[in-house]
Amino acid sequence: MDPAAAVDPAAAVDPAGAADAGDAVRIDALEFTWRAGLAPCLAIPALRIGAGERVFIQGMSGSGKSTLLNLVAGVAVPTRGSLRLFGHELGALGGAARDRLRGDHIGYIFQQFNLIPYLSAIDNVLLPVHFSARRRARARQQGASPRDAAIALLARLDIDAASGARRAAQLSIGQQQRVAAARALIGAPEIVIADEPTSALDSERQQAFLDLLMACCAAAGSALLFVSHDQRLAAGFDRQVRMEELNRAPRGPA
Amino acid sequence: MKPFVFVLAARSAWNRRLTLGVTMAAVALSVLLLVGIERLREGARHGFAETVSGTDLIVGSRTSPVQLLLYAVFHVGAPTNNMGWAAFQAVAADPAVAWAVPVALGDSHRGFPVVGTSPGYFEHFRHGDGRALALAAGRRFDGLFEVVLGAEAAQRLGYAVGRRITLSHGTGEALLPEHADKPFVVTGILARTGTPVDRALHVSLESLEAIHLEWRGGAPVPGLVIPAEFVRKFDLSPKSVTAVLAGLHERTAVFAAQRRINAHAGEPLQAILPGVALDELWQVLGTAERVLVAVSALTAAIAIAGLVAVILAGLGERRRELAVLRATGARPRDIFALLTLEGLFVTVAGSAAGLALLLACALLFGDLLLARYGVALAAQSFAPSELARVGAIIAAGLVASMVPGLRAYRLAVADGLTPGS
Repeated sequence: MDPAAAVDPAAAVDPAGAADAGDAVRIDALEFTWRAGLAPCLAIPALRIGAGERVFIQGMSGSGKSTLLNLVAGVAVPTRGSLRLFGHELGALGGAARDRLRGDHIGYIFQQFNLIPYLSAIDNVLLPVHFSARRRARARQQGASPRDAAIALLARLDIDAASGARRAAQLSIGQQQRVAAARALIGAPEIVIADEPTSALDSERQQAFLDLLMACCAAAGSALLFVSHDQRLAAGFDRQVRMEELNRAPRGPA
Repeated sequence: MKPFVFVLAARSAWNRRLTLGVTMAAVALSVLLLVGIERLREGARHGFAETVSGTDLIVGSRTSPVQLLLYAVFHVGAPTNNMGWAAFQAVAADPAVAWAVPVALGDSHRGFPVVGTSPGYFEHFRHGDGRALALAAGRRFDGLFEVVLGAEAAQRLGYAVGRRITLSHGTGEALLPEHADKPFVVTGILARTGTPVDRALHVSLESLEAIHLEWRGGAPVPGLVIPAEFVRKFDLSPKSVTAVLAGLHERTAVFAAQRRINAHAGEPLQAILPGVALDELWQVLGTAERVLVAVSALTAAIAIAGLVAVILAGLGERRRELAVLRATGARPRDIFALLTLEGLFVTVAGSAAGLALLLACALLFGDLLLARYGVALAAQSFAPSELARVGAIIAAGLVASMVPGLRAYRLAVADGLTPGS
């Protein structure tokens, strides 16, 4: 572990308290409790992720990573405190608005089983375009049509047109993760969240995937929120946050 | 809901076509059953109502109309009273009556009823949409001891023209005294009608008189034997008949004629309108038909329950899929629509397949049904009542499909992006 890369979460606090409109994610005094009356499983005094910033969040399972990601993605709502996405206070928005915000601004890559098995790789990449008009419009800027943009992204991630036309279930795990990356990147969302996306890959492919993902995020101008337990992948990120330090909630079973 | 969810649901359903195909087949069969029974019921009702057509009045001694219909047309049961020949002649002479055909019952042959009548029977009896009786083989009876068989009687008994048979006194399957000394010869066999005519053996009234010459009060007179060759020396003119089928010059005169006959001075008579009596009889049979409808509705309910079970069972392994959709911007109500539409697709496809199956059955077996049972299974189109049933199944399928839809909605909300946690 490189201690220099680990940043004290307190340093992420904006001392002036002024909201920076450029922040992709801004968390203040956030607490999350699964059920009223239980102790919070997540308590984050402050976290700021700037536009286009690449942040490595390191944490073991049970450290509250998944909860944090669910909160940022807008499928869970903070029990207390503030979570802003581009200045939008998520807790103040209804479910539909949060779903729209996610569809418009967030690309998401899961650990594995990212793809709808009965759709082709290209149709999987195109999913966000169907649910978000904004992503559709921005995908048209990436290519002549969303489909062209998807094909171009897949090509960039080393998936040729023939593989792109195949059903997701027929692709290798490595290919599936790259298709998932293309899906997260289509329509150039402001934030790409990757939840242990390399854990199903063998070690020599992990770095290759990570390099590709970073390059694509840079090209799209997307911030990258990369969650992993694996410290070795932290190199190359702008910043590293350790979940154990970020989350001030009393430790217990998640 | 986004239009894309339609596409997604269709592709998801197609992906699981084997499982859903089986459920679809179950829905198709239940639609076939439900609509098919409705169609058979309509066909049977229609065919039943046309068991006699072209006959405006049926006359007999006083009893219930259904009773009279049962023995005059269906040859079932025995009349308590016959009507005298003079009464028959009075009916035939009524100014409104164009033709009158007598029907005399009481004898049988191996369980099949023997109908004594006049040659006019073959002229005037109509069934279905006004079709007359036709001979499939041979000729009509034209003298004593000649018999014309209905199609089913001939087929079941294996009789051909020229066969000699003896009639039994009384009806039913029991061991009956036989008119063995006066055998009949089969002169003709009628074409199939799908009516009770198919089961009957038709002889002249004079033949019936002849075989009963030495009978008094339902039993042979001991010691009295009149050989067949001598019967012509006796008076063979009919003494009584069971019922009369009558056609009128003008159908509008039917109620006036009915009143006149009911008020006949000679003996108490009753004239009934066959259509009305047939309807009344159908009401009695309708109970069985309603049970059939209930059973087929249950079948449809089972098919739809199976559909819901299959979709629900698949939901567990699809939670990841739902999370992926949520991550790409799908809302919980899109997830609800996705699952509900899948069930709806299966119901609609199953219903369409069921209707296609019914059309195929109607085309394949329609003629057979019509010939054998007089039931018309029209193949061309669907009646509003049939479409209403299909609509009810689809509506039930939609409502039932909302169960997995709602379950998926709840899962989507609870799981967020981390299913199973």
